[in-house]
Amino acid sequence: MRTTIILKTASNYLLPVLLLFSVFILLRGHYLPGGGFVGGLVAAIAFILHSFANGLKKTKELLMMHPGYLIPTGLAISFLSGLVPVALFDLPFMTGLWSHDPVAILGNIGSALFFDIGVYLVVVGVTLTIIFTISESA
Amino acid sequence: MLTAILTGFLFSIFLVFAGRFFKGKLSLLASLIPLGLFIYFFQFIGPVSNGEVIMRSYQWIPSFGVDLGFKLDGLSLLFSLLISGIGFLVFFYTSSYLKGHQYLDRFYGYLASFMGAMLGLVLSDNMITLFVFWELTSITSFFLIGFNNTSGASRRSALTALGITGIGGLLLLAGALLLNNISGTYSISEMLSMSEAIGDHEHYLTVVLLIFGAAFTKSAQFPFHFWLPGAMKAPTPVSTYLHSATMVKAGVYLLMRFTPVLGGDNIWNTSLLVVGGITMLYSAVHTIFRTDLKGILAYSTISALGILVFLTGLGTREAFLAAAVFIIVHALYKATLFLVTGIIDHQTHTRDVTRLAGLNKVMLPVGIAGILAAISSAGIPPTIGFVGKELTYEASFHSETLMILLMVAIVLTKIFLLYAGFVAGIKPFIGKLPEEHAQVKSPDFVLWTPPLLLAILGLVFGVAPFIIDTPIIKPVVEAMGADASEIHLALWHGFNTVFILSLITIGIGTALYFIIKPSEKLEAAAGRFEFISPESLYERFNRIFIDVSNFWTDFFQNGYLRNYISIIILFLVVLVGYILIGSTNFVIDYHSLSRITVYEITATLILIAGIFYTVFTQSRLAAVVAMGVVGLAICLIFVFYSAPDLAMTQFSIDTLTVILFVLVLYKLPKYLKLSDYKTRLRDGILSAVFGLLVATLALQVIAEPVNKEIGEYYAQNAYLEAHGKNVVNVILVDFRGVDTLIEISVLSIAAVGVFGLMKLRLKMADRKRYQDSQK
Repeated sequence: MRTTIILKTASNYLLPVLLLFSVFILLRGHYLPGGGFVGGLVAAIAFILHSFANGLKKTKELLMMHPGYLIPTGLAISFLSGLVPVALFDLPFMTGLWSHDPVAILGNIGSALFFDIGVYLVVVGVTLTIIFTISESA
Repeated sequence: MLTAILTGFLFSIFLVFAGRFFKGKLSLLASLIPLGLFIYFFQFIGPVSNGEVIMRSYQWIPSFGVDLGFKLDGLSLLFSLLISGIGFLVFFYTSSYLKGHQYLDRFYGYLASFMGAMLGLVLSDNMITLFVFWELTSITSFFLIGFNNTSGASRRSALTALGITGIGGLLLLAGALLLNNISGTYSISEMLSMSEAIGDHEHYLTVVLLIFGAAFTKSAQFPFHFWLPGAMKAPTPVSTYLHSATMVKAGVYLLMRFTPVLGGDNIWNTSLLVVGGITMLYSAVHTIFRTDLKGILAYSTISALGILVFLTGLGTREAFLAAAVFIIVHALYKATLFLVTGIIDHQTHTRDVTRLAGLNKVMLPVGIAGILAAISSAGIPPTIGFVGKELTYEASFHSETLMILLMVAIVLTKIFLLYAGFVAGIKPFIGKLPEEHAQVKSPDFVLWTPPLLLAILGLVFGVAPFIIDTPIIKPVVEAMGADASEIHLALWHGFNTVFILSLITIGIGTALYFIIKPSEKLEAAAGRFEFISPESLYERFNRIFIDVSNFWTDFFQNGYLRNYISIIILFLVVLVGYILIGSTNFVIDYHSLSRITVYEITATLILIAGIFYTVFTQSRLAAVVAMGVVGLAICLIFVFYSAPDLAMTQFSIDTLTVILFVLVLYKLPKYLKLSDYKTRLRDGILSAVFGLLVATLALQVIAEPVNKEIGEYYAQNAYLEAHGKNVVNVILVDFRGVDTLIEISVLSIAAVGVFGLMKLRLKMADRKRYQDSQK
């Protein structure tokens, strides 16, 4: 795929910015519009943009591993966040647990945040896996 | 008790890792598991015979009233002892029978899980637990019956067995749910006290039919009996275990267990009498048309199960007593006969009874076991079989209605069963040893001890029936809800009508044995009626079922996405449209609608323009981009109606969709073939109607008074309970977090699916390239 130098240069700067933005969306989700799902999509778009500009090979090198690995990781995090109350506090599955004192920037940290992080990872993994696989075989 | 039930499963999991150690010389050690269980259950004989009922309950899903409730009373104890005791002998026997088999460890694994499931079944007091174990026995037996998985016939009969018993399992679940509906509990013990209320309930008949369905399929009652002879394709230890002592008796167990809850009613008793009676007579007669030893045993087993159902149906104290004794009788002699058949098969490589004779010259201990078992099955004194038969006759003799008919049925059955027992247990061992078997080697002691032990037990219990009467039989009768204070088993019942009937049975049966010789001619004669047998009906039904499914699948799953979407939309339009037109009056309250703003008009105009462009453009790429425009316009509308979360997500998704489409379409040629005028018209009308329908629905929703309860609950509790201010997100990750968890799992499956499909295709392309290069 032939791309312009403008897109190439821009994408190098856009990737970290977009990733940061995606994390921002993920973290603010509990109080303001956002969340793991949208965050994950934005992160995936960031990588796809990078791959459009620099070629799929470069992006894969940048990722260092197959995005498919993110899927089980994310699923495990989400599932464990639900399992923690069962294992440690003898509460039903997926009962929300919350820290008593708010943390700077993030506010209260709870098990729901970890659940959302899991969702984020799964979405990134799924989107990138599908798009990379299809673009490889197209 | 939970540990005892789980032992079997744990052992089979253990075998997954340590299986290879159990394939060789250590395979005998596997039999320690059932032996340990047998000893464990044996020590309960004392307390249970004193009238104690041991209950254990472990929490599982308390909110649904489902717990792991176990109950050890006389009935469960009898079955547990049979399961673990005969299990031990079968494990022991298998180590020699399948010596050096490549998958011996697997076999032990299946067998152990099956034993665990079976123990769970007979010990469960909770109907849901019972159902789970019931299904587990079906599943594990599927693997056992199909153990010779390279044989097509074996796989087929495993599937038939699974199909029939699986249907029964579903009926059991339905029965459990309905019973819970009536009684408000899943606990069988609690249902006992509500037996009258259940009996008077309007759904009583349905419950009874469901429980019958489950029991009759599992216990191979007519007309569901045909899976059992088919299941004889399994290795003989499996037939011994599943078809003498355990699985097929599960149905009988269920009936006995529910006798105090559902029984006593005319419907219950009559149906059991009729079904049991037909089954026992039908399959007893069938035994004379078989030449395969296992076939004979299969039909005589079905007949014995019929007798048990029949006795349960009689519903008297005497009948329960006879049933309890007959379970032991049958388990002992039938297991022996199966094991003996297995040895014969193992040593001579044939089970054709016409070719077997005089084998006691080469395998005397096996012969003794076989002959003893045959005598017990014939009900000749001094075996326990005689006691069992006397009790059975007595119970039928004292029936108040249709006594003559019942007596004729049971005596005829017993005559044919005697014949079957003689053919299977005596005929192979007496007479002249044929030339072809002169070189047959004697089996090793691991093979012949189990049957001999069982056969001798049958004799010991017969001579001294007091060994089992108070400790084992009495609590069983009590568990079935009858008074059991005056139970004393005895070999000699006095010279009365029943004794004369016994003599007649033995006389005619023995005569039959000398007159009818099993032959292929007889087997062929029965084969002529094969086309109306339930088995061929079932197979024909299966074929029709598969044909219809194929047609159905070809019609709907034709691989064209556009057709899928058309069909889905058409279906929705017809269904929803029908309801809408039929049941609502169209009133649109224009005053309740808000004003239309300029922004909305603009967004809608962009949207419409996008749609028209998509439809009329000549280029695929342009169509995709125009679709993206439509999506973004919808995003704008979301923003106007204050749904920022939705808008954000829709925005990202739209971007990705366009990228995906571009990726796929990029390499495709320009439009090769546009859909013709007619198709376009059809699709256009369909989508226009669908749009109209959705618009009407939306208007209708506004007109209906809205139930705001749920929305308000979330809004109020989002911050208080879940510490979040964004209600949408809180619902996603907290209130309905499990939904989200399942959704991301679905997403993952989709990704794996895409990956698999595309990579697989790549691989095939690689292979093709390779093949081409080789030419």
